[in-house]
Formats: sequence, structure tokens, C-alpha cells
Amino acid sequence: MPKAMTETDWQPTAEITTLKRRAQLLADVRHFFAAREVLEVDTPVLSQAAPTATYLDSFQTHYQPPGGADQAYFLQTSPEFPMKRLLAAGSGDIYQIARVFRNGELGHQHSPEFTMLEWYRPTLDYAGLMQEVDELLQQVAGCPPARKVAYQQVFQELLQINVTDASTADLRAFALASVNGLPTDWQTDRDGWLELMMSELIEPQLAKSEKPVIVFDFPAAQAQLAKIYRNAEGVNLAARFEVYAGGLELANGYDECLDANELRRRFEADNANRQLQGKALMPIDENLLAAIDAGMPACTGVALGLDRLLMLIQKATHLQHVQSFGFEKA
Amino acid sequence: MASYSTNEFKGGLKFMLDGDPCSIIENEFVKPGKGQAFNRVKFRNLKTGRVNERTFKSGDSVESADVIETDLEYSYDDGEFWYFMDPSTFEQYAADANAVSDAKEWLKEQYTYTVTLWDGDPLLVTPPNFVNLKVVETDPGLRGDTSSGGGKPATLETGAVVRVPLFIEEGELLKVDTRTSTYVERAKD
Repeated sequence: MPKAMTETDWQPTAEITTLKRRAQLLADVRHFFAAREVLEVDTPVLSQAAPTATYLDSFQTHYQPPGGADQAYFLQTSPEFPMKRLLAAGSGDIYQIARVFRNGELGHQHSPEFTMLEWYRPTLDYAGLMQEVDELLQQVAGCPPARKVAYQQVFQELLQINVTDASTADLRAFALASVNGLPTDWQTDRDGWLELMMSELIEPQLAKSEKPVIVFDFPAAQAQLAKIYRNAEGVNLAARFEVYAGGLELANGYDECLDANELRRRFEADNANRQLQGKALMPIDENLLAAIDAGMPACTGVALGLDRLLMLIQKATHLQHVQSFGFEKA
Repeated sequence: MASYSTNEFKGGLKFMLDGDPCSIIENEFVKPGKGQAFNRVKFRNLKTGRVNERTFKSGDSVESADVIETDLEYSYDDGEFWYFMDPSTFEQYAADANAVSDAKEWLKEQYTYTVTLWDGDPLLVTPPNFVNLKVVETDPGLRGDTSSGGGKPATLETGAVVRVPLFIEEGELLKVDTRTSTYVERAKD
């Protein structure tokens, strides 16, 4: 859709000084991992498979062999799957600074194209990886040491809700009474209510903290690709953590699920959910499942939004102010 | 009636919500963790003037509101309605007290105001940021005081009362900022 150009439309959406800080951040990150002997890798942006997650939409494109039939390819939403195949092939600790693409996500803190720092650590456990994220934030962004708090505890502390015992009806009633502007006919499932409360009621309170906050042990139903374990009270929890700082959701990490059958069940459940929502089904990454089956080592992994980290450093209010050309000027 | 999807939401967009015309002030795309995206929208209800928030699921649509802003000339009031005229078509519009609300004390005949029309009826009258109005009542000026410190109340020809410097006298024409109800300077005409 052609739009009227204005005289300044060609200009970058970030200040040149911000781009210099961005270059420094990339150099600092590489230095951080080089010092820890984590190998930088580089995997394809285009893939024949795509994540199935219900609320993650891939850009789709086509390879056109001369005279042949079109082949569907997807732009990566994260380099996770090929990096896990490298782990299974014996790469050891690896990291990547990758351009990733997520359809339909555009806002102050979202861009359909952004830069992800993702790393996998066969030599670190769940607590060790949280500690490393904390150290990275201190070293490259000058953050104070992070506070680490369990998901259950943060709901208890800030909302006085016991998420283990609360029924879906309890959560719904609480959300409707507490989230400003939520229509009374809002429909979602148990995890939908929890996610809404997390983003509308808890994150604004975490945003006031001087320290980054690492929330760990998510409900099992929000495991994504994390391992599920049973705690001392017999509650199933996901070995997954999220990092929040300065009002931004910065990173998402897992103690990685190593059970290919379990992952296949989750992917199929995702696709079933997609079907219910009238969304296209995604081709399951068989190469990933085969690699995990062949023996991906026990490992932890985390993905961190580098543009958002730069927003935090620069106190920027809009993601496009830390990207050379924001999506709408790309 | 046209409709807008959340991806078209932006400041100034006029839409219908619960039967009232509203204008978007701020729209924020939110995607919690790995969950479903939504839009957090701050808007003004154009009927009540109140600012509110509403959450929409991303991809939802709302009906557009037939709301336009137009420049009209103020004519007179009959105690119940305030009448405005389109200077090019001579069409008259009657605004009720609700629509005139805070603009009331800045209405001067033949001055031009921005009138928001909803389905052709005045919804809101907005005065220009600056108007020139005559002082009809104020305490006598103090000779020699040209500073703006201190000050005194002055009643203007439209009924508005603003604080003015001590040297201002009755009959003088003043430039006033209608957004803050403050004196700016003496006006020339």
C-alpha cells in the first residue's frame, strides 16, 4: 500500500549514538561468551519446519525451483531447533545472535523482525543458567544482581493468590475484578487467565523493582519445551524461567525437555489447539525430534531479546528507537 | 457501517463502544509470555468526555463511529442550546450544555470553534487554544506595576475569570490560553 512519503521517512528510527551502543552491546555479548568458551554458531534462517506453539506465528515463504513445484519454507521465530540439532551432534556449549521473525507482533515492545540472543549450556543446570543470565545482565547492561522468585511465590506475594489451588473460576473472578478495562465477556482458559494476570497485574509491579526479576517454575501447562518435574509438595512444575527488567520481558529459559515422545505430544496438542482457533497447522520438525531421540545431551537454554536489552540500557520507550530502521520504515 | 480491526488502532481513531462514540488516545499491543496477544486501549468517551481503558483480543474488530470535526461559527444561545453555523453552507447546528461544557465560558459570537459532530449532531465544542477577549470587570490597575508577580482576577466578556497582572484595566483586550485558563499577553485587536 503506497503511502505518502514525508521528507524524513528515509531516515533511521534510531539515533546514530544508539547504533554505536548497539554495536558495543554485540561486542560485549561476544566477549562474555568467548571468555566462557561458549561457541558462536550460525544456523539457517529458513526452515521447512516451524514451531507449533499456538500463539506464535511464522512468516511463510516459498522456494521456487526452476520448473519445479513450490516448496514451503518458514522464517525462523527462534534458532532453537537447529541449535538443538547441533547439541545432539556434539557441539557442546553454543550461542547465537540471530535475526528472528514473528508474524503479527507489532507494538512498542514488539517488532515482527528482531534480534535474539540464544544460548544452550550442556554444562550448566537450571539454577546455573539463571545465574549466568543474571551475570550477563550485570556485565553487559550494568544491571544490579537479579532477584529470583518462584512463580507461585510471586502470585502469592503480589496478588495473594495460591495458583496451585485456585480454580479457573477463581482466577477469572479475580482478573475481571482487578484488570482495568477487561470486558466481562472475556473468554480464555486457565493459562490464559494466568498469563493475563502476569502481564497486567504482576509485571507492572515487577517493573518498579530496581533489580531484574527472574521468575522460575512456571505451571506445568506453560512448559513449552521445558522439562516438567514434580516438587516436594507433589505439584508438577515446568523448569522454565522468565526474566523481567525495567518493565520489559527480556528472556525465557528452560531446563530442556529431552523426551522426544513427550515433545511430539506437546506439538500435536499445539496443532490441535491451532485447529480449534482456525489457524494453519504447522509442520512438526521431525529433524528436531530425531536429534533429541538420537541423544541430545541434558542441557539448559535461554533466549533473550537483544533489542529489548538495548531498550533497557538506553531507557528507550519504543523498540524501533533501538533498531536502525523499525519495521514500519523497513 | 465500516469496522476497524485492532491492527488499525491508533491515536485519534473514532469507534463505537457500548453505544457511545469514542476516540483512541493510546493503543498498546501486549503479548503475555507465550500467550494470546491483546490490545490495551486508552480512549476518550466523546459523549461523556471520560477517559477509560479497554482490553481487546488482537484481531477483534469494532464499529467505526461517524464522527467528524468541523470548524463552525458561534451564533447565539437561547438558554437551552448554543447555536453554531457553517459559514459556507449557513447550516445551523444546536449544541446542548453537555456538548458545550467547558467551552461555554469561551464562546464569543462570530468566533470560530471546532465542533465534533456525531451522526451530524454536535458532540463536543472545542475552543481555539488562544482567544482574544475584553476585560469587563477587574479591580483598578496599579500604576507602575508591570511585573507579572501577584496578579488579580479579571472577568472577561464571555464570563470567564482569569488571573491577570495588576496593571490590566477594564476594557483592555487580552490574549488568553483556553486550555489552561491563563492570561498570555495584551492583544492588539
